[in-house]
Amino acid sequence: MTAPTTAREAILARIRDAQALAPAEEVTIPRAYRTGRTLPTDELLELLTDRLVDYKAEVHACPAADTAQVLAAVLRDHGARRIGVPPSLDPSWLTAYDGEVRRDSADVPAPELDALDGVVTASAVTCAETGTIFLDASPDQGRRALTLVPDLHVCVVDRSTVEAGVPETVARLAPTRPTTLISGPSATSDIELERVEGVHGPRTLVVVIRTDA
Amino acid sequence: MSPRTSQADAPARTTYLGMPTVPPRSPYGTGNLRGDRKFPRAAHDELRNDQLRRNLGKATHTIRAKRLAVTGELPDWEALRDAGSAIKTDTMNRLPELLEQLEAKVTEAGGTVHWARDGAEANDIVTRLVQQTGSDEVIKVKSMATQEIGLNEHLAEQGIKAHETDLAELIVQLADDKPSHILVPAIHRNRDEIREIFRDRIPGVDPDLDSVPAHLAAAARAYLREKFLTTPVAVSGANFGIAETGTLSVVESEGNGRMCLTLPDTLITVMGIEKILPRFADLEVFLQLLPRSSTGERMNPYTSMWTGVTPGDGPQNFHLVLLDNGRTAALADKIGRQALNCIRCSACLNVCPVYERAGGHAYGSTYPGPIGAVLTPQLAGMDVSSDDPNSSLPYASTLCGACYDACPVKIDIPSLLVELRHQHTEAAGTTAEQLAMKAAAAVMGRPGVYRAAQKASGLGRALAGRDGRISHLPPPFNGWSDTRDTPAPPKQTFRAWLASEEGAKTMRAAAKEGREALRTTTAEEGARGRSAGAHAEDAAGSRADGDVHDEEEQ
Repeated sequence: MTAPTTAREAILARIRDAQALAPAEEVTIPRAYRTGRTLPTDELLELLTDRLVDYKAEVHACPAADTAQVLAAVLRDHGARRIGVPPSLDPSWLTAYDGEVRRDSADVPAPELDALDGVVTASAVTCAETGTIFLDASPDQGRRALTLVPDLHVCVVDRSTVEAGVPETVARLAPTRPTTLISGPSATSDIELERVEGVHGPRTLVVVIRTDA
Repeated sequence: MSPRTSQADAPARTTYLGMPTVPPRSPYGTGNLRGDRKFPRAAHDELRNDQLRRNLGKATHTIRAKRLAVTGELPDWEALRDAGSAIKTDTMNRLPELLEQLEAKVTEAGGTVHWARDGAEANDIVTRLVQQTGSDEVIKVKSMATQEIGLNEHLAEQGIKAHETDLAELIVQLADDKPSHILVPAIHRNRDEIREIFRDRIPGVDPDLDSVPAHLAAAARAYLREKFLTTPVAVSGANFGIAETGTLSVVESEGNGRMCLTLPDTLITVMGIEKILPRFADLEVFLQLLPRSSTGERMNPYTSMWTGVTPGDGPQNFHLVLLDNGRTAALADKIGRQALNCIRCSACLNVCPVYERAGGHAYGSTYPGPIGAVLTPQLAGMDVSSDDPNSSLPYASTLCGACYDACPVKIDIPSLLVELRHQHTEAAGTTAEQLAMKAAAAVMGRPGVYRAAQKASGLGRALAGRDGRISHLPPPFNGWSDTRDTPAPPKQTFRAWLASEEGAKTMRAAAKEGREALRTTTAEEGARGRSAGAHAEDAAGSRADGDVHDEEEQ
């Protein structure tokens, strides 16, 4: 046998040797867990709201027609005078907001994002059972840094994007897009296991659920 | 070459015949996978630390309760465990093809894949990649793999400063300490200790900083923000690597992971080869199993997934370092390879009665607790020829089985511990304990010698401490007393007592008492039999009352 020349060849050879020493036992994967679940709208949104509130997120529900009013009220309540938005956020969402709006692009250096009071984005898909919002960096959600550096994240979730459980949600993802799962604001329990909301990510998460969108 | 500990299986045995068809076993891993003393000695000292035990007791009980609550609310929890276990077994069965698929997908998406046979090779690769960027600083996401290979220490030797950004890891790093838990590495520190560490070690921190956890977290946020925004290179581990798509994933809480994975120009991810999953859809299982088992949350605050490089979003240079470091050695063990299925949730630590008292440092390895006791000896070996601390790890357990019940991928840790004990005993040959057992067998086989030995053992009382326990016996019995306290022998043996006048008197009295008790019991049973019918009628009456009462309430 000639000695493998690269680490890659060596490791692959080691694995095959190991599998020869201890041959694999055939396995079939039992997938008896719940998949393909659906829930009526009121139950689904009640579940989602319960989970979001449990994680100390602020939750508002409204019809799509009220989006601009609700967003303006939320931003005013949090004192957000200068906000960032992703490149293709629906412009009608911010018609009632009177603060400064900065449209993000890849050239904006990250430290400049630190000067924003908050950020408003859409979302890709949401899991009700765990209260998890998935962002996939689409043009209405923006690059990952945009929803990370500012201290306030206002996220719009449409009813049509809410799924009951994790399997239903994962099935709707585009795997190769950069994806961020958000379940409440940043938190730590590293000191005596006491939960503290807000370490490095946004310390405030506001979710606006559009019940008919 | 290190002695092999698992040559009991048939193919390995043929190596003794020099058959060329039997493949060689992989070398063991290097790095922080071995303590400097055996578990009982280390635990002995740790147990004297009251503060540590209080902190640990509180922490493990808190997470335990949370985990039970959130796993209990899923009706399909057991089905998820079954699926998780089978997916990992399937992964190990197909490891070469899956690694090659992952490599192809990551490369296709603009990343670069490196392979490292051991910790030293991985450290060299990461150092070279950092040097190529021109930076002498890196920011780090909490990572067991880089802890295992001692990356921070290696980078420091090369003049590169690694900043840990997880709050607990930061505490540990600032205090020049070692992590003691997989999930919450500073679990052994309380808030006052942490305040002192921050006041001493964070430049420019408010000298009036108090010990409120929210204020301590805010101090860490302020200290690290500038590092996140200015450091051009990050090093991370990975919770999952998806072969099908080349997607990598990091599961976290604080947002420090998102910072490191998003803001720098260059990202270097070090991932053990066993962390791979075949399909993207497999995440539907592991995104349920991991957070609920780990922090006891329905979902952790943040999870990041990325595939190679995305123009205009996140690091534009991505390197994936695939690490062996003893994993292929573990893979060659039919029973032991199960330990590679571990997803590092730490549920087994939190339920372990031994971990709860001894703490993580006593295990001497990056991987503490029950999973550490089975993973560490397999990754780094149990060298029986020397006094290897790793050879004591399979014995650091009561085999109560709580770890097996808690494990989200159903690793049968108790059976692995027993197997490793067996391998250790087989490889060890003649130990002091075996000599002691042989001596005991010889003595017990001959009544005359046994009586003489019992008489002699009365001398043992002189060895005992004030608590009536003997902690050190003379050879060859020290094999027994090294790991156990022995009660001091009684003043009189049972045999001697029974033969004495006092013994005979006591036995006569007991026999008399027994006869009387028997007479009384028989009489009582007769009486109870007569009234049984009346009791049954009473019971029926109260049930009827209950029914009426229920209807009134409706």
